[in-house]
Amino acid sequence: MPERQLITGNEAAAEGAIAGGCRYFFGYPITPQNRIPEYMSEHLPPIGGVYIQAESEVAAINMVYGAAATGAWAMTTSSSPGISLMQEGLSYMIGAELPCVLVNMARGGPGLGNIAPAQSDYWLATRGAGHGDGRCLTFAPFSVQEIYDLVGQAFPIAQKYRNPVMILADAVLASMREPCALRDRLDPPEEKPSWAVGGDQKGRQRNIVNSLWTDPPVMEEVNLRIQQRYREAAQNETRWTEHGADDPEILVCAYGISARICQTAIEHAAEAGVACRLIRPISLFPFPTEVIADWAQRVDKVLVVELSMGQFIEDVRLAVAGACPVELFGRTGGMLVTPEEVAERIIEIA
Amino acid sequence: MAETKLAESVYKRPESLTDVQMRYCPGCTHGIAHRLVAEVLDELGLKERTVAIATVGCSVYAYEYFDTDAVQAAHGRGPAVATGIKRCQPDTIVFTYQGDGDLAAIGLAEVMHAATRAENFTVIFVNNAVFGMTQGQMAPTTLMGQKTTTTPQGRSVEQGGYPLNICELLAQIPGVAYLARETMTSPKRIRQAKRSLKKAFQAQAAGLGFSLVELVSSCPTWWHMKPLEALQWIEDVMLEQYPLKVFVDKLAEGQ
Amino acid sequence: MRQEVFMAGMGGQGVLLAGQLLAQTALEAGLELSWFPLYSPEVRGGRATCTLVIADGEVGSPVVGQPGSMILMDGIAVDNHLNRVRPGGLAVVNSSLAGDEVKRDDIDLVAVAATDIAAELGSERATNMVLLGAYVATTELVEEQLIEETLYRILPERHHDYIPTNVAALQRGAQLAAEQLR
Ligand SMILES: Cc1ncc(C[n+]2csc(CCOP(=O)(O)OP(=O)(O)O)c2C)c(N)n1
Ligand code: SF4
Ligand SMILES: [Mg+2]
Repeated sequence: MPERQLITGNEAAAEGAIAGGCRYFFGYPITPQNRIPEYMSEHLPPIGGVYIQAESEVAAINMVYGAAATGAWAMTTSSSPGISLMQEGLSYMIGAELPCVLVNMARGGPGLGNIAPAQSDYWLATRGAGHGDGRCLTFAPFSVQEIYDLVGQAFPIAQKYRNPVMILADAVLASMREPCALRDRLDPPEEKPSWAVGGDQKGRQRNIVNSLWTDPPVMEEVNLRIQQRYREAAQNETRWTEHGADDPEILVCAYGISARICQTAIEHAAEAGVACRLIRPISLFPFPTEVIADWAQRVDKVLVVELSMGQFIEDVRLAVAGACPVELFGRTGGMLVTPEEVAERIIEIA
Repeated sequence: MAETKLAESVYKRPESLTDVQMRYCPGCTHGIAHRLVAEVLDELGLKERTVAIATVGCSVYAYEYFDTDAVQAAHGRGPAVATGIKRCQPDTIVFTYQGDGDLAAIGLAEVMHAATRAENFTVIFVNNAVFGMTQGQMAPTTLMGQKTTTTPQGRSVEQGGYPLNICELLAQIPGVAYLARETMTSPKRIRQAKRSLKKAFQAQAAGLGFSLVELVSSCPTWWHMKPLEALQWIEDVMLEQYPLKVFVDKLAEGQ
Repeated sequence: MRQEVFMAGMGGQGVLLAGQLLAQTALEAGLELSWFPLYSPEVRGGRATCTLVIADGEVGSPVVGQPGSMILMDGIAVDNHLNRVRPGGLAVVNSSLAGDEVKRDDIDLVAVAATDIAAELGSERATNMVLLGAYVATTELVEEQLIEETLYRILPERHHDYIPTNVAALQRGAQLAAEQLR
């Protein structure tokens, strides 16, 4: 086993990207993820990579768009207000069928909000990606090791589905230190995808990277192709974990940092005599609908725990489809829940 | 279109242009600008290692016209996209083709910062003093008193502020390697414009940094003028606000 | 085994460093852990807190409402947080800045005049080490010796001059805690 190092979530995101083959980073500083661009500025140039501090998140995502058009494995990272500014670029990348990876270390909002942990960008992450009929494939790690692993895995996933992949975490995961097993850094593949622009163009057709399709039937065809990829992603990339009782009264659904909190909360609840099962979606889009639907048939109630006031719960409700009551335990504005509070709520509704 | 046919009967189409019919209005100088850029790419032998960046404006279809690899960029973001491409592939020749709305309004930050970073690509800046594509609204470069669809009484300071001179702004930035303002109102002016365009691409090929050629252009449609009147208006009115000049030429300094 | 330790104090007292040192030591001891700094809602400018959860299996929640133990480095920390220690838990308190009046009778309280001791040892900045020494001696979470070794490993070479003072502080803290426990 490789040696484990005590690193922050931010460092795990940065090193995970490099280990996964990313060599191009474009970003604009924003707390609580500043350690990522700092890390990249230190580590990329010595290995032949590129770090550019953009003039804004708008520019950063468009630099990623240009880099991705050349077939490079490129990434940007930010926190909530910056992700808002990237929506336009994401929409263009989806339309132009370009891959990239972005990390959102979400913070409290709306507006300038604060730098405390929040999950209130759930809709932005899973429904967002700007205007049009596209979405980001979205994954939500819940530990430093998982940030490292998922960010690295996100690059080939983005390439495979030719779509942006968002890693959604939060201010706690960003600044948290945990042991993390680091792999050797992979080189990005040498061969460029057939659609990439630039380089020596002799002997091949010219390539055009474009999202403008003025003819609606053609635009629809592009959209249907993108939707087909999302269906394939649902087949191949849907991920979740399950914890707790095999014969539960209450099903708890939570992702990211909330799921970590719930892991301990369901132990407390079990000690008080309430058997719970925790389902933690790792992929938020595609969403693990089926497993939640299955368990919803077998429990009395579902409790959704999120650091927002009812965003994630909508996907859970769609999965539960009325099979049993679904209740929300949310905090917002940068407030955390504690395992004790969640356990109390479980016991209340049981 | 008429102009393309005329060109065909006199010279042949540059290799770097496709045979797709351009969709510009009759007498619009976008077509001449395309042709000049294509001729320069041909003459410098750059066609097979060039990426053209089409932006948002009447020239949005530039990726159909330039027979090179091409990327279509969001409104104003061309220089950021060019940065991404160029940083990944420094040997590729990259140019953006931007209108005055695209470059001087929504995309001002991107172009200024690309220049401050001395990004090694070329910007073709087509200044026709209006938003052509969206039907003739005021642009940052609209002249004082000029009537547009959003300055029906003529541009006033109260309503629209002052015209923005992009070259004069960029001239102060050390990252700029070649910077010139040209126009295309006569064969002589066109030849001069082509010389500047060529130098801009040569500066890029030599890795000297950011290059930009502003082309003071016509929009006969939204100026509500006949093509020749529009060219005359450039000479009589526009060039006073936007004088022709080579602002920076590091190629010459290097000689 | 799972132990939570919450640490709080004012900026400059080395709250985060003490937390990270204990975290790194736990890692060296082969334990699982999670450490995170938090700006809790009640804190004013210049306050620092962190939470460390150490376990021999899955760590679970890094966020803890009622931690099993705390290291409280000044009076404000005691005022703000002492009431959250889980009944039956432990608080190690810096009595130089917080007094040694016992405010709860349902937890173990170890009071050490850490700032005074650190000053005697030559640097008030070693306050955190006195308290950490007391904490480790009380909980036996990791070996004191391992903390000393870890110090050498995590501090950059140019700061190794400070290590003897820090080690002395750790030992004094441990010794005083042992005396109180007796
Ligand atoms: C974000 C965004 N805002 C607005 C538009 C609408 N729009 C399209 S072209 C244009 C102005 C183009 O003017 P200019 O760049 O001067 O080009 P011209 O058509 O004059 O050549 C605008 C505002 C858009 N496409 N995207
Ligand atoms: S609207 Fe103006 S700029 Fe656009 S094609 Fe017509 S003449 Fe040219
Ligand atoms: Mg214009």
